[in-house]
Amino acid sequence: MQIELKLNGRVCKADVSPDMRLLDFVREQGCASVKCGCDTSNCGLCTLWLDGKPVLSCSVLAVRANGHEVTTLEGLQADAAEFGAFLSDEGAEQCGYCSPGFIMNVLAMVKELPDPTEEQIQHYLAGNLCRCSGYQGQLRAIRKYLLAKQEGKL
Amino acid sequence: MKKYVSAPVRKRDAMALVTGQPVYTSDLLPAHCLTVKLLRSPHASALIKSIRTDTAKKVPGIACILTWEDVPTARFTQAGQTYPEPSPYDRLILDRRIRCEGDPVAIVAGENEQAVDTALRMIKVEYEVLEPILDFTKALDNPILVHPEEDFKALCDVGADNKRNLCCCGVNEEGDVEKELAECDIIIDQTYHTLSNSQAMMETFRTFTQLDAFGRLQVTSSTQVPFHVRRILSNALQIPKSRIRVIKPRIGGGFGAKQSAVSEVYPAIVTMKTGRPAAIEYTRTESMTNGSPRHEMQIHIRLGADKEGNIRAIDLYTLSNAGAYGEHGPTTVGLSGHKSIPLYGTPRAYRFAWDVVYSNTMSGGAYRGYGATQGIFALETAVNELAAKLNMDPCKLREKNMVKQGQVMPAYYGELLQSCTLDKCLEKAKAMIDWDNKYPARQLENGHIRSVGVAMAMQGSAISNVDIGSAEIRLTDEGFYIMLIGATDMGTGCDTILAQMAADCLDCDLERISVQGVDTDQSPYDCGSYASSTTYLTGMAVIKTCEQIREKIVAQGAAMLKLSPDEVEFDGKAVRSLTTGEQVTLPEIGYASLSGAYPVISACVSHTSPVSPPPFMAGIAEIDLDPETGKVELVDYAAAVDCGTVINTNLARVQTEGGLVQGIGMTLSEDIQYSAKGNLRNRNFMQYKIPTRLDAGKLRVEFESSYEPTGPFGAKSIGELVINTPAPAITNAIYNATGLQFRKLPITSEQIAMGLLKKEK
Ligand code: FES
Ligand code: FES
Repeated sequence: MQIELKLNGRVCKADVSPDMRLLDFVREQGCASVKCGCDTSNCGLCTLWLDGKPVLSCSVLAVRANGHEVTTLEGLQADAAEFGAFLSDEGAEQCGYCSPGFIMNVLAMVKELPDPTEEQIQHYLAGNLCRCSGYQGQLRAIRKYLLAKQEGKL
Repeated sequence: MKKYVSAPVRKRDAMALVTGQPVYTSDLLPAHCLTVKLLRSPHASALIKSIRTDTAKKVPGIACILTWEDVPTARFTQAGQTYPEPSPYDRLILDRRIRCEGDPVAIVAGENEQAVDTALRMIKVEYEVLEPILDFTKALDNPILVHPEEDFKALCDVGADNKRNLCCCGVNEEGDVEKELAECDIIIDQTYHTLSNSQAMMETFRTFTQLDAFGRLQVTSSTQVPFHVRRILSNALQIPKSRIRVIKPRIGGGFGAKQSAVSEVYPAIVTMKTGRPAAIEYTRTESMTNGSPRHEMQIHIRLGADKEGNIRAIDLYTLSNAGAYGEHGPTTVGLSGHKSIPLYGTPRAYRFAWDVVYSNTMSGGAYRGYGATQGIFALETAVNELAAKLNMDPCKLREKNMVKQGQVMPAYYGELLQSCTLDKCLEKAKAMIDWDNKYPARQLENGHIRSVGVAMAMQGSAISNVDIGSAEIRLTDEGFYIMLIGATDMGTGCDTILAQMAADCLDCDLERISVQGVDTDQSPYDCGSYASSTTYLTGMAVIKTCEQIREKIVAQGAAMLKLSPDEVEFDGKAVRSLTTGEQVTLPEIGYASLSGAYPVISACVSHTSPVSPPPFMAGIAEIDLDPETGKVELVDYAAAVDCGTVINTNLARVQTEGGLVQGIGMTLSEDIQYSAKGNLRNRNFMQYKIPTRLDAGKLRVEFESSYEPTGPFGAKSIGELVINTPAPAITNAIYNATGLQFRKLPITSEQIAMGLLKKEK
């Protein structure tokens, strides 16, 4: 099937099979930051934005993205580096495999909730699994990032 | 000069990881790479009567289909261990005999996934289904044999006997346990049971292979053990090691899972047969059903003490379930006793005996903690039971009995304990949680119970006299260094930690050291990252290498100044005369060493250790338990760790937090169940629940560092240790809240609620 969509701001036309997942499609298009961690929509590694909203790309068909805007971490390099620096300063990107999906969701959260409570943060990100870090360092990084933002340091 | 050791240095690959650069195995696939998948057996025990692949082979795009008739007939082990491996050689790439659900039956390679999936459906297999032996407690000397084959081979004398379903057995003791137990006032005599938890690293097993320009097999794999993978492939494919090169890119987590060559052999044999690049990626389900999980263990303990609470004897017997194959079977079991019993310095006698048996369940492997986790759950729970029986605070009981620095540890290979602040760790954890006010429990107004529970833990630092760590450092023109290592950074940060050490040894900026690892054609031999060895063992190799390279720099600098080495000093930037101050800079020395006038300046040293100094920790859990539903919520966890000198304060903290959460999952939610036919029920993250950030609770970590004289900068290990306390500490907290003593993991809400109901009646 022919689809046409915007991937990280660039128009992208392709012929895809009807059962192709958006996850596999964006990886084929060179967006390697998008990872697959499960078969059951549980891990959040494949998180990207569809029209600016976070979705699990393992659970969206590529054809559903037809006519829409898809954003991956490749399209948000400056934001990724900005928040990623906080994550790195905590050492909370351990293997880093969960980091892109997690950061996509953090950036979405910050757009939606400029001043989230700790509970809001934990619930917003509950679908992003990380087997390495124990989550504490991720939370420290988010807090420091939000603080820096509020203090106008970013 | 800035010092890097003991600082919170950012990981050197961090920014690449957080911006999603293509650095992992699957991001690097060569063009026109064949997709490899496995047809797996639905049966736990069977013989393949026939396989028909002719129609499947006709599917357009199929490049090759292999069955048991197409693979070498020499048995090997997938365990990544130093040769000769203690794990028996009990595997073939594909075998006619099926020994567990999911055992591979055929390898299918094709141009794309659709073709491979179609072909997989068209392979016709006729099985002779056999009765499996699923209950490992009945496996020893059972008439059903998992490995009846004649060519089963154990390289080491581990007591293996395949005609008895025995992978390994042994006993180790000191003093007269029976006599001591007979004289004890109190004996705790109980059996504890832990399951075969999955590491659940976010990147599943994966490998791609290709032939390089010289016709050699080039293997890129998400592995912790590249050099062992080279040998394993050589054994499996029956080709010399000289024809194999193994490369490790960034790894998406391992936790021991990737200390076995789980996925490597399949694309490798496809590339050997077709000459084409080939790649395999395990699904999450495959990683769960046919990975290399923790060994299920049943541990029987007899713990004896006098009325005052002096522990007099420990008798510990472990029955471990190897599953279908013996990977890491003989070695994990050893830690269940050798790294639990030595926590206590008071016993006059101990005995540790073990059997490791085969069964038709998935084969075990290495998982963080490696048997110590199971043993510590059992022994620490027994000690908490003893405290309850003595009516004594479990912390007091530990203070009375714990091992102390300067003691010889009979159950730890007779090693002298040269560094230990376990006493301070316990004190610290108690203070952090306010133990004296919170022990044992209190009722909240909403009916919930708040309680605390305690445990201690230890581990080792590398395998003494066996494992090897190496580093090679070269001085280049411009005076920067290239450091080659064979230790595998799997997120643990060793590429950074080892560079921190080198920078301090060479008095230079971290940026002046470029770290490269791992490529078996280029890196110095290193057994890989496992057994909590990297910081301790490869770290010492780095220090020794730096010493040599300094000597060479000083010698050449002195020669360039026409002085003798004792007339100059090297401050990291230049070699200068002690009298005149005349100097040659490091870039000048670097250039000169490459000009032919002087020898090239490089050094490579490997290191092995006669001892394996244990790190220690104390962990205290505070839980909120709802007696209506049995739900346990972790309110607070206080962890105090003695890993010797902390090399990177950030990474050590995150290691600890990550290990604790894995331990929490093992205790409360990560369940493994089989159907009556031997099919695993917990096959994905829906059924095997690893902790989310909502389950992790609040964790607090402090370091109480001792100084280990045999370690780099005084460091010991940390990676594995930190998974060991949650299971016994939370089990203890549940007991303190409810009076229910659980001895099997996981402890689910349902079990607690039902237990409380039964108690009421
Ligand atoms: S791959 Fe796990 S949620 Fe999408
Ligand atoms: S950092 Fe490894 S899974 Fe999150």
